[in-house]
Amino acid sequence: MSTTAVRRATATDAVRHRLDWRRYVIYIGFVVVFAFFAVLLRDEGFLSPNNLLNIFRQTATITVIAVGMTFVIACAQIDLSVGSVAGLASVCAAMAIAQHGVVVGVLAGLLVGAVIGALNGALVSLLGIPSFLVTLGMLGVAAGLAQWITASAPQPILDDTFNLVFGGGDVGPVPGLLVWSLLFVAAGSIVLRRTRFGRQVLATGGNRTAARFTGVSTRRITFTVMLLSGLVASVAGMLYAGRLESGRFQWGAGDELSAIAAVILGGTSLFGGAGSVVGTLTGALLIGLINNGLILAGLDSSQQQVVRGVIIILAVALARKK
Amino acid sequence: MPGAARADDGTATQVRGGEPAVLMSGIRKSFGGVPVLRGVDFDLARGEVHALAGGNGAGKSTLMKVLQGVHPADEGTIAVDGRRVEISSIHDARAAGIGMVFQEFSLVPSLTVAQNIFLGAEPLRRSRLIDDRAAVAAAGAVLEEMGVDVDPRAVVGDLSTAYRQLTEIAKALAQDARVLIMDEPTASLARQESEALFALIRRLAARGIAVVYISHRMEEVYRIADRITVLRDGTRLLTRPLSEITPEQIVEGIVGKALDGQPVHRQVDGAGLGAVLLQAHAVHAPPKVRDVSFTLHAGEVIGLAGLMGSGRSELARALFGIDEVTSGEISVRGRRADLSSPRKAIAAGLALIPEDRREQGLVLEHSVADNLLLPVLGELRRGPLLHARRARERSADLIRRFAVKVADPARPVSLLSGGNQQKVVLAKWMGTDPDVLILDEPTAGIDIGTKNEIVTMIRTLAAAGKGVIVISSEYPELLAVSDRVLIIRDGTIAGEYSREQIADEEFLELAVQGATS
Repeated sequence: MSTTAVRRATATDAVRHRLDWRRYVIYIGFVVVFAFFAVLLRDEGFLSPNNLLNIFRQTATITVIAVGMTFVIACAQIDLSVGSVAGLASVCAAMAIAQHGVVVGVLAGLLVGAVIGALNGALVSLLGIPSFLVTLGMLGVAAGLAQWITASAPQPILDDTFNLVFGGGDVGPVPGLLVWSLLFVAAGSIVLRRTRFGRQVLATGGNRTAARFTGVSTRRITFTVMLLSGLVASVAGMLYAGRLESGRFQWGAGDELSAIAAVILGGTSLFGGAGSVVGTLTGALLIGLINNGLILAGLDSSQQQVVRGVIIILAVALARKK
Repeated sequence: MPGAARADDGTATQVRGGEPAVLMSGIRKSFGGVPVLRGVDFDLARGEVHALAGGNGAGKSTLMKVLQGVHPADEGTIAVDGRRVEISSIHDARAAGIGMVFQEFSLVPSLTVAQNIFLGAEPLRRSRLIDDRAAVAAAGAVLEEMGVDVDPRAVVGDLSTAYRQLTEIAKALAQDARVLIMDEPTASLARQESEALFALIRRLAARGIAVVYISHRMEEVYRIADRITVLRDGTRLLTRPLSEITPEQIVEGIVGKALDGQPVHRQVDGAGLGAVLLQAHAVHAPPKVRDVSFTLHAGEVIGLAGLMGSGRSELARALFGIDEVTSGEISVRGRRADLSSPRKAIAAGLALIPEDRREQGLVLEHSVADNLLLPVLGELRRGPLLHARRARERSADLIRRFAVKVADPARPVSLLSGGNQQKVVLAKWMGTDPDVLILDEPTAGIDIGTKNEIVTMIRTLAAAGKGVIVISSEYPELLAVSDRVLIIRDGTIAGEYSREQIADEEFLELAVQGATS
C-alpha cells in the first residue's frame, strides 16, 4: 500500500512544483543588483576578489544574528535586543579575557547571551508579554549595562588567539568570518528544515493553537527560540570583538533592524510559520552588496540610507503574495 | 445496546463486546466556581458512532475537552478500553488513543499535509534528522487507506476546507487514534463532500474506531450515528439508540420544551409582496458569477440553494460590491445603482451578513456594544465626539429587539455563544436599517433553539417590508424561511421555485443536484 502511495506522490511532483517567481524574488534581486554593480562599478574594483570577500566580512555578523532572527520570526516573535546583546557580550568577553584569559572570556560572552535570551524567553513564554515589548526593553537594558560597566570606554583585547579565531584569521584563502557565517547558516538551515525542533518552531509560528492541540509545547519552543537568539547574538558580539580587537558598547548597535530586514528579504513570513535560513543569508548578502556598491559609487552615508531603504521596501513589495 | 444496527447500512460490521472504548463516569468540571459539568456519565462502544447533542452551554464541548485533555476534570474517572487512565493533558489523551478532529483547528496552514499529519511525531533517520520522504510515504498510505486523493506534499493553506478536514482525520489516524471526536465536521462541507465523509466514518467505525459525532443537524445524526446522548445544563439527559428516539424527542431534550423539530414556514401576514427593491439583470462577476437575473420585492425572502462552490456566496459578494461586477445592471428601488464597493452598497440600503461571523462579521475582542454600534457611529456623533448616552440607548435597544442574551454589553463579544454572536451580527446590521438584507449561512453551527429564533426574526423583518436573500446549505431552514428558492449552479440561476412548488427537502435536494431540470 505504501509503495503505491509513493508512486502517486512522485508522479504528481512535476505538477505541484509549479514555479512561483515571487518565492525566488530575493535570489533574482540578488543577481540583478550584483550584475548592476558589476557593470556600473567595473572600474572601481567591485569585482575584485578582495572586495567580494570584504562584503562577506562586513555582513558576517549580521548574517549570524539573522540566522537566530529567522527562528524568532518564523516562530511569530521578534527580538529587538540582539544588537545591544552583541555589544554587551563583546565588552563582557573583552573584560573577562583581560582578567581570566580566553576560555573564561568566551564563556562569559556566551553567558551574557544565554542569560538575556533566557530572560526574554521567560518573559515572553511564561508571562505572555509580547516579545516586541520585552525585547524593546531589553535593548535598553543591555545597551545601558554595556556602557555602564565600561564607563563608555573601549575594552582592548590583546589575546591573539581570540582575535584570530573570532574574526581576524583566515582558513586558507577563506576569511574566518565567512567560515563562521556559513557554519551558522548550515546549522540553522538543517535545524529549521530537518529537525523536530525546527518543524515545531514553524508550527508554533504558523498556528499556535493548532500546534498546542497537536501536543507541541509552544511555550517551551518560544522560550528556546528566544534563548537561542540571545546566544547567537552574543557570538556575533564576539565576532565584532575579534575582528576589531576590542569590546565596545557600540558594537552591534542597530543590527537588529538590519537582521530583521535580511530575514524578511529572505522570504521568512513576518507573521510566522514559514522561514528559510538560506534566504536569510541571501538577504544579508544583498544588504551588504548594496552597502558596498553604494560606497564604491561614492554616495555618502545619508544617501546610502535612502537608497537602501527604498530597495528593501521594493523587494518586500515584489515578494508579497497577490 | 451499544452498536445498535444502523437502519440504512447493514454492511458495516460492528466490533462489539468487551470493554467500552471510552467510559467516563461522574465527570465534574467548574470554571471560576460555575459548574459546567455536574457529574456526567458517558460511554462509547468500539465501532460505534455516537452523537452528542445539547444546546449552547449544555456542556458538550466541555465534556469533549475533558476527554481530549484540554481541560482536566475536577472529579470523575475515565477508562479507555477498560483501563483507567488519567487524562490531564493533550499528551495523555493522545497516548490513550483519543484523536480529535477540529474544524481546521489543529492544522498549520504554512506546512504541507504530510508535515501536518506527523507534526510532533515525525519519522526520524538515525541521524535524528526528519525523514521527510518516509513521512510523505506514510502520509500517502494513510490517505490512500482512507480513500482520499490528497497530495501529501500539498501545502495545507492551499487546500479547500473539505480536504483540510480530511487531513485532520488522517492526522488523528496516523497517530493511531482509536477514538475520534468530530465537532460539526460537515459545517463547511458541500453535499457530496459530506457524503464522502459519512462513507469514511462508516469505514472507520467498521474497523472498530469509536466516533463521537457532534452536530446540530438532526438529519445527519440519524444518517450516521448509532446512539445519541443529549446533555442539558451539565448533566446527561438521555442516551439511546437512534432507532428508539424521534427527532422531536431529541429537540425537546435539547431545548427543554416541546417545539417543532424543524423550523416551520409561516406565511407572511399582510399584503404580501410590495414594490421591487432589488433587481439584477444579466449580472456577470468573474470568475464564478455569470448571467444572473432576479427580482426581489419588499416583504419577500429569497432562498439561494446550491452546492458549495456553485457561486452562491460569490453572488452575494458581487451584489455587495466586494467582487467586481463586469457587466449587467443592478437597480435598487427601480433606479440603477452603483454598488461597486461595500460602502456604496450600504449607502444604497444593502446589508450583507457574511458566512464566517467570527472572521468577517465581528471584532471578537471588542464589546457587544462596540460591535453593535460600529456601522452607525456616524449617527451617534456630537461634534467630533460620540454621544455616550445615545450610544448606550441604541445598543440597549438593539440587544432587546434581537433578544441577545448578554449580561453586560461592555463584555467582549467573544464570550457569547455562537447563536448569540450571530444575533449580534444581525442586530448590528439592522441598526443601519437596510432595505435589502443578504444573509450567508446565517444558522451554521447554531443550536436548534436559536436557529428557530433567527428564522422567526428573518420572517419578521420581511413582514416589516424588508427584502431578504438567504443563502443556506441547510434545506429545512431554507424552506422554513423562503418565499421563493433560486437554484444556483455553475454561477448562474438554474431554476426557480415558489415555496408552494417545493414539496419537501428531497425535491430541493434533487433540484440542487440538477436532477429535475
